[in-house]
Amino acid sequence: MTLRASQWAGLSLLIGLMLFSVLGITLSPYSISQQDLNAILVPPNADHWLGTDHFGRSMLSRMAHAIGLSFALGILCVVTSALLGTALGVTAVWAGKRVDQALAILVNILLALPGLVIVLLFAAIAPGSFWVLYIAISLVQWVEYFRVTRAITQGVIQSPARQSSNMMGFGTWYQFKRHIWPAIAPSVFTLAAFGGANAILTMASLGFVYVGIQPPLAELGLMTVELFPFYSEAPWLLAQPLVVIALMVFGFHLLAGKRA
Amino acid sequence: MKALLLKRLLQLITVVWGVGTLTFVLMRSLPGDMAYRIAASRYGQDNVNSDAAALVREELGLNQHPLEAYWHWLTDLLQFNLGNSMVSGLPVIESVQHMLGHSMLLAFAGLMVSILIAIPLGLLSAWRGNPLDSVLMGLSSAIRAMPVFVIGVLFVLLFALHLGWFPVAGYGTFAHLVLPAVTLALSLAAVSNRVVRDSAKQTFRAAFYQFSKVKGLSTWQTFQRHGVRNIAVPVVAFFGIQLVSMIEGIVMIESLFSWPGIGHGLAHAIFARDIPVIQGAALAMGVVFVLLNTLVDLLCLWIDPRGVEQ
Repeated sequence: MTLRASQWAGLSLLIGLMLFSVLGITLSPYSISQQDLNAILVPPNADHWLGTDHFGRSMLSRMAHAIGLSFALGILCVVTSALLGTALGVTAVWAGKRVDQALAILVNILLALPGLVIVLLFAAIAPGSFWVLYIAISLVQWVEYFRVTRAITQGVIQSPARQSSNMMGFGTWYQFKRHIWPAIAPSVFTLAAFGGANAILTMASLGFVYVGIQPPLAELGLMTVELFPFYSEAPWLLAQPLVVIALMVFGFHLLAGKRA
Repeated sequence: MKALLLKRLLQLITVVWGVGTLTFVLMRSLPGDMAYRIAASRYGQDNVNSDAAALVREELGLNQHPLEAYWHWLTDLLQFNLGNSMVSGLPVIESVQHMLGHSMLLAFAGLMVSILIAIPLGLLSAWRGNPLDSVLMGLSSAIRAMPVFVIGVLFVLLFALHLGWFPVAGYGTFAHLVLPAVTLALSLAAVSNRVVRDSAKQTFRAAFYQFSKVKGLSTWQTFQRHGVRNIAVPVVAFFGIQLVSMIEGIVMIESLFSWPGIGHGLAHAIFARDIPVIQGAALAMGVVFVLLNTLVDLLCLWIDPRGVEQ
């Protein structure tokens, strides 16, 4: 697959953020909850490269951990929902009408509520749990892959090329790899890039309304709320999570290339 | 038309069933004995003993079989018997009505402003083409990369804290409505101006459009007779898709600006684990979502009677 210049830009932006996160987590001498009450709300300096927050915790460590958490969730959700959605989308067409109808009912149930409301309801069951967030977001996102894959596969299944492959006795996996995957790959890729952005956004949104990841963990949306009261003393602190969220989402959007 | 309405009706039933089941699971999965918890909130932490808990259990039928309890839960739901808030003790249905009204006001204002932004800008970039087109598209990409609450926070910082033009948060006067509505509008318009632009571009290039110009209609007449309706179909259909982001945006914006609407209520109820209110708020959102979707379907059918594109 060849990437366009803007897609390379998006990819480098994301890799840069990821590197920052990995290096920050491994090299920073401070943990995310280690307080230094003599250095509260200090501006960036030699000891604390990004300054410290209202509890004297190193912002560098916290930002690195928060970015890592966001990427972990984004990538997990993308992989899970893409695998599930694509597999079920192809199965729905291939396995006949019964399966298709059963899956259609499931999809309609999930589409009956806005995604964020479903995630919020799940978050209510176990507040602050990363894994519940992961399950809820994946549950919402696989539907997109399912619908797109199903629509495209319907055409490919009927194509003479696929049918002659079938009659020549090629196996299911070969037919998928040779005929179906090339047709759906570009769409799945675009969806995955947008899905990554959406997963990160959803987690930040939940953190922002205080029902997502709970303190003292570092999470971008949560940090926005925590640092907001200190805006007039330390605007550079509030700017950090806001800028990073925008950069992450922008990176994924650039990577997607096409638009939703 | 009939099939369309039937499909939406089915969706409405799934919403009620889905929300009801999820909140039932939620209720059951809370840690601790429910009877003790309710007794504690009724009689105070110090006065709870096993007699009080037994009394509550008997009165509320908490010793039912889970399936039986589930059945009761659903039948209550069908009678709009949503119970009382666990925190305030007020009937849920009343507070949901209140919140819904406020949310509708915000949603309507946001939608109107977003239409006022998106349609002129979209038409302008289709009409003028580059370089204006590129500038506007770049701008909308940049805004789209920002989550709703980041736009909101920036607005609060700029217009409320620095310039002091509008109140930071709250509800009451018209000035309180401005920032939340504009935030919502901007996040919606950043997506829909592209749809307007694409749709307009396609129409302007179409053979029938060129022909009506060639046969001598003025630019304005062509646009009025052959443009508006054709451009409108994808735009209105897209609004149905955008409903999701509108409701999600409302949840975030209401929490940010302390707007006493349904999203704010839902977030608060989740934080306080006030399950009847969670159920009521989620239910109201789901029902409104389905109703608005139906409205969009009907509108599409009215603009283009040949049938709705899926």
